[in-house]
Amino acid sequence: MTLPQTPGKAPAGADDIRGAVLQFLREKTLATPATDQDLFASGVVSSMFAMEMVVFLEQSYQVTIIGGDLKIDNFRTVDAMTELVLRLRDASDS
Amino acid sequence: MAADQTDHRLAILGGGVMGTGIATLALGHGIPVVLVDVSEEVLNRTRANVALQLRHAALMGALPAGRPTGELITSTSVQDAGDATAVIEAVTESPELKAKVLAEMSAAARPGTAIVSNTSGIPIDEMAAWVARGDELIGTHFMNPPYLIKMVEVIRGSRTGDSVMAAVTGLLGSLGRRAIVVRDAPGFVTSRLLHPMINRAAQVVADGTATVEDVDALMEGCLGHPTGPLRTADLIGLDNLADSLQVLYERTGDESCRPCELLVAKVREGSLGRKTGQGFYSYGKTPS
Repeated sequence: MTLPQTPGKAPAGADDIRGAVLQFLREKTLATPATDQDLFASGVVSSMFAMEMVVFLEQSYQVTIIGGDLKIDNFRTVDAMTELVLRLRDASDS
Repeated sequence: MAADQTDHRLAILGGGVMGTGIATLALGHGIPVVLVDVSEEVLNRTRANVALQLRHAALMGALPAGRPTGELITSTSVQDAGDATAVIEAVTESPELKAKVLAEMSAAARPGTAIVSNTSGIPIDEMAAWVARGDELIGTHFMNPPYLIKMVEVIRGSRTGDSVMAAVTGLLGSLGRRAIVVRDAPGFVTSRLLHPMINRAAQVVADGTATVEDVDALMEGCLGHPTGPLRTADLIGLDNLADSLQVLYERTGDESCRPCELLVAKVREGSLGRKTGQGFYSYGKTPS
């Protein structure tokens, strides 16, 4: 599935993705975690919320997170989520 | 040795929060499910929620590896659930509705099929009068979400037969759940303890003693409650909670079970907890 990109606009880079994930977390949890902070261990998010993050990333970056990628370690930190989005997007581009 | 999961064919009555979650649990463990509810509209929503929850369960590592997902069939008729090996009733916590649905299902099921009610608190012995063969009825009280919480309260009524008891224990084993069997009473163990406590927690907020957040924080931080009573209430669903409290109040006369005004008001305005995006807490625009 590919949605039309805004013409002339470069795809989101790591910093953009990190920023968007942090903003999403701020809106939903009122917390601003460090990008390498374990969100589950520190109680910032619940397991119910983890699925909201999956859907948020899929809808924001037109990626599909399935199979072995659908595991909690990929959503444990803002950095891990950013890395996952970049990897899935690169894979779908090539 | 536990029975092979392919031996089971589960029917689930009701596509609400618990019916959906139990369906996810079964399908994720490779057990086929026929899910029955009143309208195609409800069933479409249930199918979408099951798909989302199967992903949630996978995300949390809660499903056995290498087991193909069971087939989900949805229907508006209990007749389509007639060949199930076990039936789990998970309709709204109203004695009148449960009586009607259980009578219909019991008439359609083959004699000997375990009829399981996922009631939060209606005594199993009371419900046994609503089915064709009272020895086939047993209670299971799954917690939400059923696919993440491994323990299940099982209620053995005074008429529940040994074969049904064994069948349900086997089914729960195939679902990777641990059962604790208790005797029959209004609210059993978990609802009898938890529901009045949540009701009191809401009353404490209504009295202005503390905020919702602080009540939960104290119960978590001082008393080790995993999520706090009011966040738990939102997860249960405030309509279900109020219905269950009413059931308890009518059968025990315990004033602490009379649904408090704040809870009743939230139900009246449609703030039912996580499933509507708003309860004691706000969950944004995407109910989950």
